[in-house]
Amino acid sequence: MFENLSARLTRTTEKLRGRGRITEDNIAEALREVRVALLEADVALPVIKSFIEAVKAKALGAEVSASLSPGQAFIGILHREMVELMGGARAGFSLRAQPPIVVLLAGLQGAGKTTTAAKLARWLIEREKKRVLLTSTDISRPAAILQLERLAGEVGAQFFRAPPAQSPAEIARAALDEARRGVFDILIVDTAGRLHVDEALMAEVRQIDALVSASERLFVVDAMAGQDAINAARAFGATLDLTGIVLTKADGDARGGAALSVRQVTGKPIVFMGVGEKTDALEPFDPERMASRILGMGDVVSLVEQVQREVTSDEATRIAQKVARGKGFDLADLKGQLEQVQKLGGMSSLLDKLPAAAGRRAVSADQGDREVRRQIAIINSMTQRERRQPGVIDGSRRRRIAGGAGVQVQDVNRLLKQFQDMQRMMKSMKGGHLRRLMGAFKGRLP
Amino acid sequence: MFGSESKSERTEAPGGFLKRLRARLNRGNSWLTLDIAELVRGRAIDADILDELETRLLAADVGVEATQHILESLRQRVARRELADVDALIAALRATLTEILAPCARPLVIDPTHRPFVILVVGVNGSGKTTSIGKLAKRLTREGKSVMLAAGDTFRSAAVEQLEVWAMASGAAFAAQQAGADPGAVVFDALQSARARGIDVLMADTAGRLHNQSHLMAELKKVRRVLKRVDQSAPHEVLLVLDANQGQNALAQAVQFHEAIGVTGLVLTKLDGTAKGGIVIAIARKLGFPIRFIGIGEQAEDFEPFDAQAFVAALIESGPKTGAAS
Repeated sequence: MFENLSARLTRTTEKLRGRGRITEDNIAEALREVRVALLEADVALPVIKSFIEAVKAKALGAEVSASLSPGQAFIGILHREMVELMGGARAGFSLRAQPPIVVLLAGLQGAGKTTTAAKLARWLIEREKKRVLLTSTDISRPAAILQLERLAGEVGAQFFRAPPAQSPAEIARAALDEARRGVFDILIVDTAGRLHVDEALMAEVRQIDALVSASERLFVVDAMAGQDAINAARAFGATLDLTGIVLTKADGDARGGAALSVRQVTGKPIVFMGVGEKTDALEPFDPERMASRILGMGDVVSLVEQVQREVTSDEATRIAQKVARGKGFDLADLKGQLEQVQKLGGMSSLLDKLPAAAGRRAVSADQGDREVRRQIAIINSMTQRERRQPGVIDGSRRRRIAGGAGVQVQDVNRLLKQFQDMQRMMKSMKGGHLRRLMGAFKGRLP
Repeated sequence: MFGSESKSERTEAPGGFLKRLRARLNRGNSWLTLDIAELVRGRAIDADILDELETRLLAADVGVEATQHILESLRQRVARRELADVDALIAALRATLTEILAPCARPLVIDPTHRPFVILVVGVNGSGKTTSIGKLAKRLTREGKSVMLAAGDTFRSAAVEQLEVWAMASGAAFAAQQAGADPGAVVFDALQSARARGIDVLMADTAGRLHNQSHLMAELKKVRRVLKRVDQSAPHEVLLVLDANQGQNALAQAVQFHEAIGVTGLVLTKLDGTAKGGIVIAIARKLGFPIRFIGIGEQAEDFEPFDAQAFVAALIESGPKTGAAS
């Protein structure tokens, strides 16, 4: 969509080459590019201003090493600074307080509090082996309480359902009593979405907090949020003594500048990131990756993780073995691989996650997606036998397949040629470094 | 939650909605509000003032490209000495913004030749689809139309029940299947049933989905295909619901939802906070989608057709304090 920051900076910092040092003069244009990139990433204006000041202070006088391009050196400074700003003392939770530890979630409407409550519960149950009680004080949105009750059942947490007509504060108080009685380790209190300018509702969430003396007060914020995120964060921070931030919907393609803004104005660490619709899609926040993403440098790590999430591990192991043996990889397997690409959001989504250099290719992502679809269609038009033994596909079969898939015979030829090349490559790599690579990869699969 | 009688009376008062809109849009220490005229009154137009306008547009999520475009035209007019003073500058800004938005202020017209008139409601997670459907249902039933809501969000827990509460509150008929059902099947059955019962408007809810998840976008395409199987002309309206709190990504949402199923109108929600929803200006420039409704509160009545003049006026005029506009 937007020209990548790395590409732009490489261009604008080109004239730094040979200058030796970064000076106020030769960096001005680069800083303007940074400002635009951060605006496009939804970093709030005041935060951009202070960030640029900080970067300038660090960059001025820095030696532009001869071996690196000045652009890369400058990006290095940007990245380090941003990681530093977003890094926190911790990621995840402090679980050392006296149980029941109370976790309070607050934020604007639609930020993802209820989903986050369920994800946190699952995380604490599965990773920390805690007994978790969930409750919802959201009496305003229809069926919000029922939503969390169902999610609690899904993730194996207990749910406290208050008698009808109780106020949010009463529900929270009763839930805490229940957590004590039932010797729960953790009580997670979900709250209704509220506007930070709604004084009555802000007072209400403060009252809930006082009643349950939460030890974690988390502000839940949408990764797609715009400039106003700082106003909301500031107000929630002033109302509740926040202990951390949860960034939701980070599996979208937003650059997520709100993360930096909110981190800056609250001074509180981002502890978790929601990365999908399912209740296990919660990850500890990683400032390095977020910095790369805000700066538009791609997010290879999340790509790898998405692959791990989406690709079923049995299937991957089976194919890895075939590849490692150098034989047995047939067209049915190729189809499976192509379908995985589609499942991962298609070529465009994959290319988006790659850094600039790798992302800009001769083939556009859309062409790639079309090609993937076409190849799947071709394989779909083959019989099972043809998929297992492509050798039997003669001229007449090629015409039939082309007709079935609605493509030209040349397209079928090209697919078969590519497939042969792949097989040859696999054979030549047999026992070589590919196996070691696959072995390493296998260990990381879920 | 669903508004009491006294609240619905509020909208009857002439100009009441405009006033509320302006009051709400300008809550907080927001951009281009009360202070703009005071800030610059009596000053000649200089670079600082233009910078200040730039800052305010950017802070409203208008985006770099649209902001540059708007300011460029203002700068040129300043250079040509067409704008005598700051008041003229602000009037010109208002005119520019209105010019961009006015073509998009096309209200939703329910064509009675389609029976039912099918509205498909889509958007990313948490943008306010279900609430918008509830509010629109209430509005339509108040106008005397028969409405049916179809619970096409079969993924999120209790989404069906949430919509059902709205159906009951608005007196709309309700069509749902069990959780986890195929959304295509839900809308297919709903459309057939709505047809059989002579319903005027069928609104289909869908699960929130991020526009970059192609399998979920494919699911949406299927919903549309299924609707077409019953009625070739359906859906008659595809409403994309956008949260005013969203930043630049909303443009990508608009582009990709449009690519997938063809958006015919926008709903801009949550304008009652301090977020300004300025991204609609960028969307209007790029895509020109009609903006059908805006949501400015939790009550069912806080949902009104988009009015470009009122929207811009609420953003940049001095507001109720000086009573400059009405």
